Amino acid sequence: MVRFQNVGMRYGLGPEVLRDVSFHLPPGSFHFLSGASGAGKSSLLKLMYLACRPSRGLISLFDSDIATMPRRALPAVRRQIGVVFQDFRLLDHMNVIDNVALPLRVAGAKRTEIRDHARELLKWVGLDDCLDALPPTLSGGQKQRVAIARAVISRPLLLLADEPTGNVDDTIAMRLLRLFEELNRLGTTVLIATHNENLIRRAGRPRLHLSGGELTGPFHGAAAGEEGRA
Amino acid sequence: MFWSHRDLALDSDPARRFLPWLLAMIVYLAGLALAGMMSLSAAVDRWDSGLSGTLTIQIPAATPGNRDTALPNAMAALRATPGIESARALSAEETAALLEPWLGKSALSRDLPLPRLIDVRLRKNAALDIEGLSNLVRAAAPGAIVDDHKKSLDRLIHLARTIEAAAIAIVVLVAFAAIATVVFITRTGLALHANNIELLHLIGAADGYVARQFQGQALDLALRGGVIGLALTIVTVILLGRAAAALGSGLLPAVSLSALQWVILAAVPVAIGLIGMITARITVMGALRKLP
Repeated sequence: MVRFQNVGMRYGLGPEVLRDVSFHLPPGSFHFLSGASGAGKSSLLKLMYLACRPSRGLISLFDSDIATMPRRALPAVRRQIGVVFQDFRLLDHMNVIDNVALPLRVAGAKRTEIRDHARELLKWVGLDDCLDALPPTLSGGQKQRVAIARAVISRPLLLLADEPTGNVDDTIAMRLLRLFEELNRLGTTVLIATHNENLIRRAGRPRLHLSGGELTGPFHGAAAGEEGRA
Repeated sequence: MFWSHRDLALDSDPARRFLPWLLAMIVYLAGLALAGMMSLSAAVDRWDSGLSGTLTIQIPAATPGNRDTALPNAMAALRATPGIESARALSAEETAALLEPWLGKSALSRDLPLPRLIDVRLRKNAALDIEGLSNLVRAAAPGAIVDDHKKSLDRLIHLARTIEAAAIAIVVLVAFAAIATVVFITRTGLALHANNIELLHLIGAADGYVARQFQGQALDLALRGGVIGLALTIVTVILLGRAAAALGSGLLPAVSLSALQWVILAAVPVAIGLIGMITARITVMGALRKLP
């Protein structure tokens, strides 16, 4: 599904923020990505959702080397990836349901299909009472759930979430985790970057750990929890 | 509205609100230049077809010799010349009517000596030696002047063509101004909405999807501006036509357009709309190519 081989990344002429990163996420797997602030978690995710190109190394997504992929083929690849951004990145002029429906609209789905699907998903994340609300009127937690609904609406093959539980209480965090697990059961490969050790422990899923731009792991079971505290 | 999705809040851009008005002015200028060019072109065609194949022979009032015999002599010489279809001497009243727009009625009512004029029509494709004819007419009527209108018509046509070229230059320049305006406003929009454009890009929007939002809005605004500009052009052309007709002197070419020319004028907003749409698309596609 996702394979990194000796990947390095730098912004402009700056120092490498990621060094010799190698890992493999098999299809249908569920991983957490941890690391201190500035360790390179967001940069790693950016490489995975094709917002940046690596400075070196090989990245393979869905069994295709992205370096040799023609640019016109990239939108179709991106549509297979759902992303929950740390800062949500909702469109403020658009109501909740239209924000959630955006990936389907971009993919050219039918209007009625889009509305029904979006409504159903918003009910699932507990936002069915604010379909027409604009993002600036929502709380941080509500925005986060809208962002998650948008990321999963097109049933992506790969779901990447950058601190998806950063603005919600534990109850909502666990509810969101169940949502991610349900998607994972349906076949979506999930990678969640988080600082929430409690979430990682309770999920009991393997963890990749970034430290100073270098990746360690994956750690499984109890080791996953230990690595975070190390 | 010509675009179905408004993923980008382009209509909230302050610069965009001015686009229809800027393009209205551009269409107005282009429309006026085109209308003037087409009017002038029609007038030149009328002059050309009206005067080619004709000659005017003038027997001045101060003709040396006997003026009473000069006209019949000249007419006889003309009738005997092959290639001439008809020759008609204008009456004094007709000659006075021709001069009236320049001299006025009061000047002509006085005892002003007027030349005698002969209107000559040539046979189609007749190869007439104008120099030989002049000599023949002067022998029959000393002092007579043969005018084949070529020189004056050539000068007039040259002037008209120069004005037409200037009008075409104006149309081309305003088209460039329209392109520059749309490029500037599209780039401003790209900068203002960079974050949201990047989001669309990251969730899998193809470049064309983003470009369609800009091009749809550019077409919409350009057509709105174009219709305003066209309406102003039509009003101006009609008012100028009425003002020229009111002069009624024949000093100015008639400011009037044929049905086809009105259709051409009506196509200006459509052309501006298409220019706006294509320019916006090219600008956006060029900018998006820089994204990974």
